[in-house]
Amino acid sequence: MLSFSAVRHLRDFILDVTLSVGRGETLVLIGENGAGKSTVLNLISGILTPDAGEIALGERTLFSSEEGIDVPAENRRIGHLFQSYALFPHMTVAENVAFGLRCRKVPRPEIAFSVTNQLRAMNLADLSDVNVARLSGGQRQRVALARALVLDPDILLLDEPLAAVDMRAQGAMRKELRDRIRSTGIPCIVVTHNLGDALELADRLCLLEEGNVVAEGAPEEVLGMQDNGFIASFAGSEPHNGFMPRAPITGHSRRLPDSRPL
Amino acid sequence: MDLTRSLPEHGAPVSGSRTRFGRAALTLLIAVLLAIFLLFVTLPVASLFLRISPEAFLRSLAEPVVLDALSLSLATATVSTAIVVLFGTPLALVNARRDYPGRALVDTLTDLPIVLPPAVAGIALLMAFGRRGVVGQYLDQFGISIAFTTVAVILAQVFVASPFYIRQARASFEAVDRLYEDAARTLGASPATVAFRVTIPLAWGGLVSGAILSFARALGEFGATIMFAGNFQGRTQTMPLAIYTTMQGDLDAAISLAIILVAISFAVIASVKIMTRRSL
Repeated sequence: MLSFSAVRHLRDFILDVTLSVGRGETLVLIGENGAGKSTVLNLISGILTPDAGEIALGERTLFSSEEGIDVPAENRRIGHLFQSYALFPHMTVAENVAFGLRCRKVPRPEIAFSVTNQLRAMNLADLSDVNVARLSGGQRQRVALARALVLDPDILLLDEPLAAVDMRAQGAMRKELRDRIRSTGIPCIVVTHNLGDALELADRLCLLEEGNVVAEGAPEEVLGMQDNGFIASFAGSEPHNGFMPRAPITGHSRRLPDSRPL
Repeated sequence: MDLTRSLPEHGAPVSGSRTRFGRAALTLLIAVLLAIFLLFVTLPVASLFLRISPEAFLRSLAEPVVLDALSLSLATATVSTAIVVLFGTPLALVNARRDYPGRALVDTLTDLPIVLPPAVAGIALLMAFGRRGVVGQYLDQFGISIAFTTVAVILAQVFVASPFYIRQARASFEAVDRLYEDAARTLGASPATVAFRVTIPLAWGGLVSGAILSFARALGEFGATIMFAGNFQGRTQTMPLAIYTTMQGDLDAAISLAIILVAISFAVIASVKIMTRRSL
Protein backbone atom coordinates (compact mmCIF):
# COMPACT_ATOMS: atom_id res chain seq x y z
CA MET A 1 0.00 0.00 0.00
CA LEU A 2 2.57 2.56 1.15
CA SER A 3 6.18 2.02 0.31
CA PHE A 4 8.53 4.61 1.64
CA SER A 5 12.24 4.99 1.22
CA ALA A 6 13.89 8.31 1.84
CA VAL A 7 17.13 9.99 2.80
CA ARG A 8 17.24 13.44 4.31
CA HIS A 9 20.02 15.34 6.03
CA LEU A 10 18.85 16.57 9.39
CA ARG A 11 20.73 18.79 11.81
CA ASP A 12 22.18 16.01 13.95
CA PHE A 13 22.16 12.99 11.68
CA ILE A 14 21.16 11.65 8.29
CA LEU A 15 17.69 10.14 8.23
CA ASP A 16 17.64 7.06 6.07
CA VAL A 17 14.44 5.08 6.46
CA THR A 18 12.75 2.40 4.42
CA LEU A 19 9.39 1.11 5.52
CA SER A 20 6.11 -0.12 4.17
CA VAL A 21 2.52 -0.35 5.35
CA GLY A 22 0.14 -2.97 4.02
CA ARG A 23 -3.57 -2.69 3.25
CA GLY A 24 -5.51 -1.96 6.43
CA GLU A 25 -2.39 -2.33 8.50
CA THR A 26 -1.32 -0.13 11.41
CA LEU A 27 2.38 0.48 11.78
CA VAL A 28 3.56 2.03 15.02
CA LEU A 29 6.80 4.03 15.03
CA ILE A 30 8.58 4.23 18.35
CA GLY A 31 11.88 5.77 19.32
CA GLU A 32 13.56 8.45 21.41
CA ASN A 33 12.65 12.13 21.11
CA GLY A 34 14.39 13.46 18.05
CA ALA A 35 14.91 10.05 16.46
CA GLY A 36 13.15 11.29 13.33
CA LYS A 37 9.69 9.81 13.82
CA SER A 38 7.73 12.98 13.11
CA THR A 39 10.10 13.77 10.26
CA VAL A 40 9.14 10.48 8.60
CA LEU A 41 5.47 11.49 8.80
CA ASN A 42 6.26 14.95 7.39
CA LEU A 43 8.16 13.37 4.50
CA ILE A 44 5.23 11.09 3.72
CA SER A 45 2.60 13.83 3.83
CA GLY A 46 4.76 16.18 1.76
CA ILE A 47 5.44 18.89 4.34
CA LEU A 48 9.11 18.03 3.99
CA THR A 49 10.92 16.88 0.87
CA PRO A 50 13.44 14.02 0.94
CA ASP A 51 16.92 14.64 -0.45
CA ALA A 52 16.55 11.36 -2.27
CA GLY A 53 14.22 8.41 -2.32
CA GLU A 54 10.86 7.18 -3.45
CA ILE A 55 7.41 7.27 -1.90
CA ALA A 56 4.51 5.38 -3.43
CA LEU A 57 0.97 5.09 -2.14
CA GLY A 58 -1.11 2.41 -3.86
CA GLU A 59 -0.70 3.00 -7.56
CA ARG A 60 0.47 6.57 -7.15
CA THR A 61 4.07 7.71 -6.96
CA LEU A 62 4.13 10.65 -4.55
CA PHE A 63 7.83 11.30 -4.68
CA SER A 64 10.69 10.01 -6.74
CA SER A 65 14.03 11.73 -6.90
CA GLU A 66 14.96 9.57 -9.88
CA GLU A 67 11.91 10.43 -11.97
CA GLY A 68 11.71 13.98 -10.64
CA ILE A 69 8.24 13.50 -9.18
CA ASP A 70 7.14 15.48 -6.14
CA VAL A 71 3.37 15.59 -5.64
CA PRO A 72 2.55 18.65 -3.49
CA ALA A 73 1.15 17.98 -0.03
CA GLU A 74 -2.31 19.23 -1.01
CA ASN A 75 -2.68 16.53 -3.68
CA ARG A 76 -1.42 13.52 -1.72
CA ARG A 77 -4.73 12.50 -0.12
CA ILE A 78 -3.05 11.73 3.18
CA GLY A 79 -4.64 12.38 6.56
CA HIS A 80 -2.00 13.84 8.86
CA LEU A 81 -2.84 14.41 12.52
CA PHE A 82 -0.31 16.59 14.27
CA GLN A 83 0.65 16.13 17.87
CA SER A 84 -1.05 19.39 18.87
CA TYR A 85 -3.86 18.62 16.37
CA ALA A 86 -3.42 22.04 14.71
CA LEU A 87 -7.15 22.75 14.68
CA PHE A 88 -7.77 26.13 13.07
CA PRO A 89 -8.41 28.45 16.01
CA HIS A 90 -10.47 30.91 13.96
CA MET A 91 -13.05 28.30 13.00
CA THR A 92 -15.77 26.30 14.68
CA VAL A 93 -15.70 22.50 14.91
CA ALA A 94 -17.89 22.15 11.82
CA GLU A 95 -15.80 24.66 9.84
CA ASN A 96 -12.64 22.76 10.73
CA VAL A 97 -14.13 19.50 9.50
CA ALA A 98 -15.47 21.18 6.36
CA PHE A 99 -12.11 22.80 5.51
CA GLY A 100 -10.74 20.03 3.29
CA LEU A 101 -14.02 19.59 1.43
CA ARG A 102 -14.20 23.32 0.75
CA CYS A 103 -10.66 23.20 -0.64
CA ARG A 104 -11.81 20.45 -2.98
CA LYS A 105 -14.65 22.66 -4.19
CA VAL A 106 -17.28 20.14 -3.12
CA PRO A 107 -20.80 21.62 -3.52
CA ARG A 108 -22.13 23.18 -0.32
CA PRO A 109 -25.06 20.83 0.34
CA GLU A 110 -22.73 17.85 0.00
CA ILE A 111 -20.27 19.44 2.42
CA ALA A 112 -23.01 20.01 4.97
CA PHE A 113 -24.17 16.42 4.58
CA SER A 114 -20.70 14.86 4.94
CA VAL A 115 -19.75 17.08 7.85
CA THR A 116 -22.96 16.34 9.73
CA ASN A 117 -22.50 12.60 9.23
CA GLN A 118 -18.87 12.68 10.24
CA LEU A 119 -19.58 14.72 13.37
CA ARG A 120 -22.36 12.35 14.34
CA ALA A 121 -20.12 9.33 13.86
CA MET A 122 -17.52 10.94 16.09
CA ASN A 123 -20.00 11.95 18.79
CA LEU A 124 -19.28 15.58 18.04
CA ALA A 125 -22.70 16.62 16.74
CA ASP A 126 -23.44 18.76 19.82
CA LEU A 127 -20.17 20.65 19.45
CA SER A 128 -20.64 21.53 15.79
CA ASP A 129 -20.83 25.32 16.32
CA VAL A 130 -18.36 25.53 19.19
CA ASN A 131 -15.06 27.31 18.73
CA VAL A 132 -12.24 24.78 18.90
CA ALA A 133 -10.47 26.77 21.63
CA ARG A 134 -13.11 25.59 24.10
CA LEU A 135 -12.65 21.86 23.53
CA SER A 136 -10.96 19.34 25.80
CA GLY A 137 -7.94 17.34 24.65
CA GLY A 138 -10.04 14.31 23.80
CA GLN A 139 -12.57 16.38 21.87
CA ARG A 140 -9.79 18.07 19.91
CA GLN A 141 -8.38 14.71 19.00
CA ARG A 142 -11.76 13.59 17.68
CA VAL A 143 -12.21 16.82 15.68
CA ALA A 144 -8.75 16.41 14.13
CA LEU A 145 -9.56 12.81 13.25
CA ALA A 146 -12.95 13.81 11.83
CA ARG A 147 -11.29 16.56 9.77
CA ALA A 148 -8.94 13.99 8.23
CA LEU A 149 -11.41 11.10 7.84
CA VAL A 150 -14.12 13.17 6.13
CA LEU A 151 -11.74 13.39 3.15
CA ASP A 152 -11.46 9.61 2.93
CA PRO A 153 -7.65 9.61 2.88
CA ASP A 154 -5.57 6.75 1.45
CA ILE A 155 -3.48 6.59 4.62
CA LEU A 156 -3.62 8.15 8.08
CA LEU A 157 -0.57 9.51 9.87
CA LEU A 158 -1.05 10.02 13.60
CA ASP A 159 1.66 11.87 15.51
CA GLU A 160 1.33 11.12 19.25
CA PRO A 161 -2.46 10.93 18.89
CA LEU A 162 -3.15 10.70 22.60
CA ALA A 163 -0.42 12.93 24.01
CA ALA A 164 -2.74 15.90 24.52
CA VAL A 165 -5.52 13.78 25.99
CA ASP A 166 -6.14 13.73 29.73
CA MET A 167 -4.27 10.82 31.34
CA ARG A 168 -7.45 9.32 32.80
CA ALA A 169 -9.21 9.42 29.46
CA GLN A 170 -6.33 7.91 27.49
CA GLY A 171 -7.35 4.28 27.91
CA ALA A 172 -10.86 4.85 26.63
CA MET A 173 -9.69 7.17 23.85
CA ARG A 174 -7.13 4.61 22.74
CA LYS A 175 -9.78 1.89 22.42
CA GLU A 176 -12.04 4.28 20.57
CA LEU A 177 -9.20 5.24 18.23
CA ARG A 178 -8.33 1.61 17.56
CA ASP A 179 -11.93 0.67 16.78
CA ARG A 180 -12.27 3.65 14.48
CA ILE A 181 -9.07 2.86 12.60
CA ARG A 182 -10.03 -0.78 12.27
CA SER A 183 -13.55 0.00 11.11
CA THR A 184 -12.43 2.40 8.39
CA GLY A 185 -9.81 -0.07 7.16
CA ILE A 186 -7.50 2.82 6.29
CA PRO A 187 -3.82 1.97 6.70
CA CYS A 188 -2.19 3.94 9.41
CA ILE A 189 1.17 5.02 10.81
CA VAL A 190 1.18 5.99 14.47
CA VAL A 191 4.09 7.72 16.16
CA THR A 192 4.07 7.22 19.89
CA HIS A 193 5.99 7.35 23.14
CA ASN A 194 3.42 5.30 24.91
CA LEU A 195 3.70 1.56 25.35
CA GLY A 196 -0.06 1.26 25.70
CA ASP A 197 -0.51 2.87 22.28
CA ALA A 198 2.09 0.58 20.78
CA LEU A 199 0.50 -2.58 22.15
CA GLU A 200 -3.10 -1.70 21.51
CA LEU A 201 -2.78 -0.12 18.08
CA ALA A 202 0.12 -1.85 16.36
CA ASP A 203 -0.07 -4.64 13.83
CA ARG A 204 3.59 -4.05 13.35
CA LEU A 205 6.14 -2.09 15.34
CA CYS A 206 9.12 -0.19 14.03
CA LEU A 207 11.91 1.19 16.21
CA LEU A 208 13.76 4.28 14.99
CA GLU A 209 17.13 5.39 16.32
CA GLU A 210 18.92 8.48 14.98
CA GLY A 211 17.12 8.29 11.70
CA ASN A 212 17.50 4.57 11.10
CA VAL A 213 15.16 1.63 11.52
CA VAL A 214 16.89 -0.61 14.04
CA ALA A 215 14.10 -3.10 14.60
CA GLU A 216 10.87 -4.00 12.90
CA GLY A 217 8.32 -6.74 13.39
CA ALA A 218 5.40 -7.93 15.45
CA PRO A 219 4.99 -5.92 18.68
CA GLU A 220 5.93 -8.86 20.91
CA GLU A 221 9.05 -9.45 18.86
CA VAL A 222 10.31 -5.89 18.95
CA LEU A 223 9.39 -5.32 22.58
CA GLY A 224 11.19 -8.54 23.42
CA MET A 225 14.52 -7.00 22.44
CA GLN A 226 15.58 -6.33 26.00
CA ASP A 227 19.20 -5.71 25.04
CA ASN A 228 18.09 -2.45 23.43
CA GLY A 229 18.30 0.40 25.92
CA PHE A 230 15.29 2.25 24.56
CA ILE A 231 13.07 -0.85 24.45
CA ALA A 232 14.06 -1.71 27.97
CA SER A 233 13.22 1.75 29.29
CA PHE A 234 10.14 2.02 27.08
CA ALA A 235 8.68 -1.22 28.42
CA GLY A 236 9.81 -0.49 31.95
CA SER A 237 8.33 2.99 32.00
CA GLU A 238 4.77 1.82 31.68
CA PRO A 239 3.10 0.43 34.79
CA HIS A 240 -0.01 -0.81 33.00
CA ASN A 241 1.59 -2.38 30.00
CA GLY A 242 -0.22 -5.67 30.43
CA PHE A 243 2.62 -7.22 28.58
CA MET A 244 5.39 -7.68 31.06
CA PRO A 245 4.92 -8.63 34.69
CA ARG A 246 4.17 -5.59 36.75
CA ALA A 247 6.58 -4.32 39.34
CA PRO A 248 6.56 -1.32 41.65
CA ILE A 249 7.98 1.74 39.98
CA THR A 250 10.39 3.48 42.27
CA GLY A 251 10.92 7.21 42.51
CA HIS A 252 12.60 8.93 39.61
CA SER A 253 14.20 5.95 37.96
CA ARG A 254 11.27 5.57 35.54
CA ARG A 255 13.42 5.87 32.47
CA LEU A 256 16.31 3.74 33.64
CA PRO A 257 16.51 0.24 32.27
CA ASP A 258 17.25 -1.24 35.67
CA SER A 259 13.91 -0.16 37.08
CA ARG A 260 12.38 -2.83 34.90
CA PRO A 261 11.56 -6.14 36.53
CA LEU A 262 13.30 -9.26 35.34
CA MET B 1 2.60 52.06 38.35
CA ASP B 2 5.41 51.37 40.75
CA LEU B 3 8.50 51.80 38.65
CA THR B 4 10.89 51.15 41.50
CA ARG B 5 9.69 47.62 41.89
CA SER B 6 11.46 46.42 38.77
CA LEU B 7 14.78 47.90 39.81
CA PRO B 8 17.31 45.38 41.04
CA GLU B 9 17.87 45.31 44.76
CA HIS B 10 21.44 45.71 45.83
CA GLY B 11 22.39 43.61 48.77
CA ALA B 12 24.80 46.20 50.15
CA PRO B 13 24.88 46.38 53.92
CA VAL B 14 22.76 49.50 54.30
CA SER B 15 20.51 50.02 57.27
CA GLY B 16 16.76 49.55 56.73
CA SER B 17 15.77 53.18 57.14
CA ARG B 18 18.37 54.38 54.68
CA THR B 19 17.20 51.87 52.09
CA ARG B 20 13.64 53.01 52.62
CA PHE B 21 14.67 56.65 52.31
CA GLY B 22 16.60 55.90 49.13
CA ARG B 23 13.62 54.13 47.62
CA ALA B 24 11.27 56.95 48.49
CA ALA B 25 13.63 59.49 46.96
CA LEU B 26 13.93 57.43 43.82
CA THR B 27 10.18 57.04 43.53
CA LEU B 28 9.75 60.77 43.95
CA LEU B 29 12.39 61.53 41.33
CA ILE B 30 10.81 59.22 38.79
CA ALA B 31 7.35 60.61 39.54
CA VAL B 32 8.58 64.15 38.94
CA LEU B 33 10.30 63.20 35.67
CA LEU B 34 7.18 61.42 34.53
CA ALA B 35 4.94 64.36 35.44
CA ILE B 36 7.13 66.86 33.61
CA PHE B 37 7.20 64.71 30.52
CA LEU B 38 3.46 64.03 30.48
CA LEU B 39 2.80 67.75 30.93
CA PHE B 40 5.14 68.50 28.04
CA VAL B 41 3.16 66.18 25.78
CA THR B 42 -0.37 67.01 26.92
CA LEU B 43 -0.09 70.76 27.45
CA PRO B 44 0.35 71.69 23.77
CA VAL B 45 -2.49 69.37 22.74
CA ALA B 46 -4.71 70.78 25.48
CA SER B 47 -3.79 74.31 24.38
CA LEU B 48 -5.41 73.67 21.02
CA PHE B 49 -8.72 73.10 22.76
CA LEU B 50 -8.24 76.06 25.11
CA ARG B 51 -7.47 78.52 22.33
CA ILE B 52 -10.77 78.12 20.45
CA SER B 53 -14.41 78.34 21.50
CA PRO B 54 -16.79 75.56 20.48
CA GLU B 55 -18.75 78.06 18.35
CA ALA B 56 -15.65 79.17 16.47
CA PHE B 57 -14.68 75.55 15.99
CA LEU B 58 -18.05 74.66 14.47
CA ARG B 59 -18.01 77.82 12.33
CA SER B 60 -14.59 76.91 10.90
CA LEU B 61 -15.80 73.48 10.00
CA ALA B 62 -18.05 75.09 7.39
CA GLU B 63 -15.18 76.97 5.74
CA PRO B 64 -14.37 75.69 2.23
CA VAL B 65 -10.64 75.54 2.95
CA VAL B 66 -11.30 73.25 5.93
CA LEU B 67 -13.87 71.10 4.16
CA ASP B 68 -11.71 70.74 1.05
CA ALA B 69 -8.69 69.72 3.09
CA LEU B 70 -10.70 67.29 5.21
CA SER B 71 -12.28 65.49 2.28
CA LEU B 72 -9.06 65.46 0.24
CA SER B 73 -7.09 64.07 3.19
CA LEU B 74 -9.57 61.34 4.00
CA ALA B 75 -9.89 60.34 0.34
CA THR B 76 -6.15 60.30 -0.44
CA ALA B 77 -5.17 58.56 2.80
CA THR B 78 -7.81 55.88 2.15
CA VAL B 79 -6.60 55.29 -1.40
CA SER B 80 -2.94 55.22 -0.40
CA THR B 81 -3.66 52.80 2.46
CA ALA B 82 -5.48 50.54 0.01
CA ILE B 83 -2.48 50.65 -2.33
CA VAL B 84 -0.08 49.92 0.52
CA VAL B 85 -2.19 46.93 1.65
CA LEU B 86 -2.51 45.62 -1.91
CA PHE B 87 1.24 45.65 -2.56
CA GLY B 88 2.46 45.24 0.98
CA THR B 89 0.51 42.13 2.00
CA PRO B 90 2.05 39.70 -0.50
CA LEU B 91 5.47 41.27 0.05
CA ALA B 92 5.19 40.87 3.82
CA LEU B 93 3.90 37.31 3.49
CA VAL B 94 6.70 36.26 1.18
CA ASN B 95 9.34 37.85 3.39
CA ALA B 96 7.88 36.23 6.48
CA ARG B 97 7.72 32.75 4.99
CA ARG B 98 10.29 32.36 2.24
CA ASP B 99 14.02 32.65 2.38
CA TYR B 100 15.52 33.90 -0.86
CA PRO B 101 18.74 35.64 -1.81
CA GLY B 102 18.35 39.36 -1.28
CA ARG B 103 15.58 39.16 1.31
CA ALA B 104 17.59 41.24 3.76
CA LEU B 105 18.05 43.89 1.08
CA VAL B 106 14.32 43.95 0.32
CA ASP B 107 13.62 44.36 4.04
CA THR B 108 16.03 47.25 4.28
CA LEU B 109 14.59 48.98 1.22
CA THR B 110 11.00 48.68 2.44
CA ASP B 111 12.06 50.13 5.81
CA LEU B 112 13.99 53.00 4.24
CA PRO B 113 11.14 55.56 4.11
CA ILE B 114 10.78 55.38 7.91
CA VAL B 115 14.20 56.89 8.47
CA LEU B 116 14.34 59.01 5.32
CA PRO B 117 13.56 62.69 6.02
CA PRO B 118 10.27 63.62 4.27
CA ALA B 119 12.04 66.45 2.42
CA VAL B 120 14.37 63.86 0.91
CA ALA B 121 11.39 61.74 -0.07
CA GLY B 122 9.79 64.78 -1.67
CA ILE B 123 12.75 65.73 -3.83
CA ALA B 124 13.41 62.07 -4.67
CA LEU B 125 9.84 61.62 -5.90
CA LEU B 126 10.16 64.83 -7.88
CA MET B 127 13.38 63.60 -9.52
CA ALA B 128 11.65 60.36 -10.47
CA PHE B 129 8.16 61.48 -11.46
CA GLY B 130 8.56 65.21 -12.06
CA ARG B 131 8.13 66.55 -15.58
CA ARG B 132 11.85 66.18 -16.27
CA GLY B 133 12.27 63.25 -13.91
CA VAL B 134 13.79 59.88 -14.70
CA VAL B 135 10.36 58.33 -15.31
CA GLY B 136 8.36 61.53 -15.59
CA GLN B 137 9.97 62.63 -18.87
CA TYR B 138 8.60 59.55 -20.64
CA LEU B 139 5.17 59.92 -19.03
CA ASP B 140 5.20 63.54 -20.16
CA GLN B 141 5.49 62.44 -23.79
CA PHE B 142 2.12 60.70 -23.39
CA GLY B 143 0.69 63.83 -21.81
CA ILE B 144 0.71 62.32 -18.35
CA SER B 145 2.02 64.48 -15.59
CA ILE B 146 2.01 63.35 -12.00
CA ALA B 147 3.77 66.06 -10.04
CA PHE B 148 1.49 68.69 -8.49
CA THR B 149 -1.65 66.57 -8.88
CA THR B 150 -3.77 64.55 -6.46
CA VAL B 151 -1.97 61.45 -7.75
CA ALA B 152 1.28 62.95 -6.46
CA VAL B 153 -0.33 63.36 -3.02
CA ILE B 154 -1.17 59.68 -3.02
CA LEU B 155 2.28 58.61 -4.23
CA ALA B 156 3.94 60.68 -1.51
CA GLN B 157 1.68 59.10 1.12
CA VAL B 158 2.30 55.58 -0.16
CA PHE B 159 6.03 56.24 -0.12
CA VAL B 160 6.20 57.42 3.49
CA ALA B 161 3.43 55.25 4.97
CA SER B 162 4.14 51.83 3.43
CA PRO B 163 6.80 50.69 5.95
CA PHE B 164 4.35 51.06 8.84
CA TYR B 165 2.05 48.48 7.31
CA ILE B 166 4.68 46.16 5.86
CA ARG B 167 6.64 45.87 9.12
CA GLN B 168 3.54 45.14 11.15
CA ALA B 169 2.17 42.71 8.56
CA ARG B 170 5.42 40.79 8.40
CA ALA B 171 5.60 40.49 12.18
CA SER B 172 1.97 39.29 12.30
CA PHE B 173 2.58 36.69 9.60
CA GLU B 174 5.66 35.45 11.42
CA ALA B 175 3.59 35.05 14.57
CA VAL B 176 1.24 32.60 12.82
CA ASP B 177 2.28 29.04 13.69
CA ARG B 178 3.36 27.24 10.54
CA LEU B 179 1.70 24.12 11.82
CA TYR B 180 -1.69 25.53 10.79
CA GLU B 181 -0.40 26.08 7.28
CA ASP B 182 1.05 22.57 7.14
CA ALA B 183 -2.22 21.11 8.39
CA ALA B 184 -4.15 23.09 5.78
CA ARG B 185 -1.92 21.78 3.00
CA THR B 186 -2.36 18.15 4.03
CA LEU B 187 -6.11 18.82 3.93
CA GLY B 188 -5.83 19.84 0.30
CA ALA B 189 -5.36 23.61 0.42
CA SER B 190 -3.29 25.17 -2.36
CA PRO B 191 -0.75 27.82 -1.33
CA ALA B 192 -3.25 30.58 -2.25
CA THR B 193 -6.01 28.92 -0.23
CA VAL B 194 -3.64 28.55 2.73
CA ALA B 195 -2.90 32.28 2.54
CA PHE B 196 -6.52 33.41 2.25
CA ARG B 197 -8.22 30.91 4.54
CA VAL B 198 -5.57 30.35 7.21
CA THR B 199 -2.61 32.72 7.35
CA ILE B 200 -4.38 36.03 6.66
CA PRO B 201 -7.34 35.33 8.98
CA LEU B 202 -4.95 34.33 11.78
CA ALA B 203 -2.85 37.47 11.26
CA TRP B 204 -5.93 39.68 10.83
CA GLY B 205 -5.64 41.80 13.98
CA GLY B 206 -2.04 42.71 13.20
CA LEU B 207 -2.84 43.47 9.56
CA VAL B 208 -5.67 45.82 10.50
CA SER B 209 -3.61 47.65 13.10
CA GLY B 210 -0.78 47.96 10.57
CA ALA B 211 -3.20 49.43 8.03
CA ILE B 212 -4.53 51.88 10.63
CA LEU B 213 -1.00 53.03 11.50
CA SER B 214 -0.24 53.41 7.82
CA PHE B 215 -3.44 55.42 7.32
CA ALA B 216 -2.48 57.70 10.21
CA ARG B 217 0.98 58.28 8.78
CA ALA B 218 -0.52 59.04 5.35
CA LEU B 219 -2.96 61.48 6.92
CA GLY B 220 -0.11 63.37 8.61
CA GLU B 221 2.15 63.52 5.56
CA PHE B 222 3.48 67.04 5.00
CA GLY B 223 7.04 67.41 3.76
CA ALA B 224 7.05 65.10 0.76
CA THR B 225 3.57 66.25 -0.24
CA ILE B 226 4.29 69.99 -0.30
CA MET B 227 7.45 69.43 -2.37
CA PHE B 228 6.12 66.85 -4.81
CA ALA B 229 2.42 67.72 -5.02
CA GLY B 230 2.35 71.40 -4.16
CA ASN B 231 -0.23 73.21 -2.08
CA PHE B 232 -3.39 73.74 -4.15
CA GLN B 233 -6.66 73.89 -2.30
CA GLY B 234 -9.05 71.09 -3.28
CA ARG B 235 -6.41 69.23 -5.29
CA THR B 236 -3.27 68.75 -3.23
CA GLN B 237 -3.85 70.74 -0.06
CA THR B 238 -4.29 68.04 2.57
CA MET B 239 -5.05 68.84 6.21
CA PRO B 240 -1.45 69.35 7.37
CA LEU B 241 -0.81 71.63 4.40
CA ALA B 242 -4.04 73.51 5.09
CA ILE B 243 -3.00 74.01 8.73
CA TYR B 244 0.31 75.43 7.56
CA THR B 245 -1.42 77.73 5.07
CA THR B 246 -4.34 78.98 7.18
CA MET B 247 -2.12 79.47 10.23
CA GLN B 248 -0.86 82.69 8.62
CA GLY B 249 -4.37 84.16 8.26
CA ASP B 250 -7.34 82.31 9.69
CA LEU B 251 -5.94 80.84 12.91
CA ASP B 252 -9.35 79.38 13.89
CA ALA B 253 -9.39 77.25 10.75
CA ALA B 254 -5.88 76.00 11.46
CA ILE B 255 -6.77 75.11 15.04
CA SER B 256 -10.00 73.39 13.97
CA LEU B 257 -8.10 71.23 11.48
CA ALA B 258 -5.53 70.44 14.14
CA ILE B 259 -8.26 69.39 16.58
CA ILE B 260 -9.74 67.05 13.98
CA LEU B 261 -6.32 65.49 13.45
CA VAL B 262 -5.86 65.11 17.22
CA ALA B 263 -9.22 63.34 17.44
CA ILE B 264 -8.28 61.02 14.56
CA SER B 265 -4.91 60.30 16.18
CA PHE B 266 -6.58 59.32 19.43
CA ALA B 267 -9.00 57.08 17.56
CA VAL B 268 -6.05 55.48 15.77
CA ILE B 269 -4.16 54.71 18.97
CA ALA B 270 -7.30 53.40 20.63
CA SER B 271 -8.23 51.14 17.73
CA VAL B 272 -4.70 49.81 17.33
CA LYS B 273 -4.59 48.99 21.02
CA ILE B 274 -7.94 47.26 20.82
CA MET B 275 -6.87 45.33 17.73
CA THR B 276 -3.70 44.17 19.44
CA ARG B 277 -5.75 43.42 22.59
CA ARG B 278 -4.19 45.73 25.10
CA SER B 279 -5.90 48.20 27.35
CA LEU B 280 -5.62 51.90 26.62
